[in-house]
Amino acid sequence: MTVEKTELSLPSRIETVAAAAAAVAEFVSRSGVSDDAAFGIDMAVREAVTNAVVHGNRQDEGKVVDITLKSSPDAVEISVHDQGPGFNPSDVPDPTAAENILKTSGRGIFFMRSFMDEVDWLIRPEGGTTVRMLKRR
Amino acid sequence: MAELNISERQAGDVTVLDMSGKITIGEGSVALRTAIRRLLEEGKKRILLNLAGVGYIDSSGIGELVSSYTAIGKENGQLKLLNLTQKLQDLLTITKLLTVFDVYESEAEALNSFK
Repeated sequence: MTVEKTELSLPSRIETVAAAAAAVAEFVSRSGVSDDAAFGIDMAVREAVTNAVVHGNRQDEGKVVDITLKSSPDAVEISVHDQGPGFNPSDVPDPTAAENILKTSGRGIFFMRSFMDEVDWLIRPEGGTTVRMLKRR
Repeated sequence: MAELNISERQAGDVTVLDMSGKITIGEGSVALRTAIRRLLEEGKKRILLNLAGVGYIDSSGIGELVSSYTAIGKENGQLKLLNLTQKLQDLLTITKLLTVFDVYESEAEALNSFK
């Protein structure tokens, strides 16, 4: 199997979340991962793109969300890049802590970490944040 | 087709919302919020969400379930969940929300629990 790569550039609006999920589902189905892995990737991508659109680009339609998909014999890797100011993932409170369980938001990063094997963030000096997520086969 | 379809029926003084589709950011979450607000305005505070047809929910949808639960609780009402799919049950387990929500697999049992 060769390495396959696809790039998408989408506008910063809520509808982009479903559009990105559909494009990723099609890519993942071509790359032949298990149903469970495909479900996890779908969950993680929706959360990552939601964060990019809502928190990163603040739904500014002048800004785009860039998504890179890579499939190799070992793993599927998804990177989601926004043009926002960035944040420190360690500042995000644990949503399963007793004092946070009834909060109405703050579970997106938790889901990304729960469903993917690796998740890391890169705050780019030229601006913007990239989250890279890896699901091993 | 709407992302989330909600149909309402009355079982004694409990309002059952039969839901099908996705509860995700945007349309699905807004549809749930609107339905719960309307029921509270109508004074319907005993609400059972039948989630059998909800195959997908994201963190926004889970947030909306929590928001519904607390909004109904503030009005001294009760929100309970019925027929979770395995995926939804898994998500509520990892987020520890299964310890918060009252969850049933049988509608008769769920309705009795409101008494």
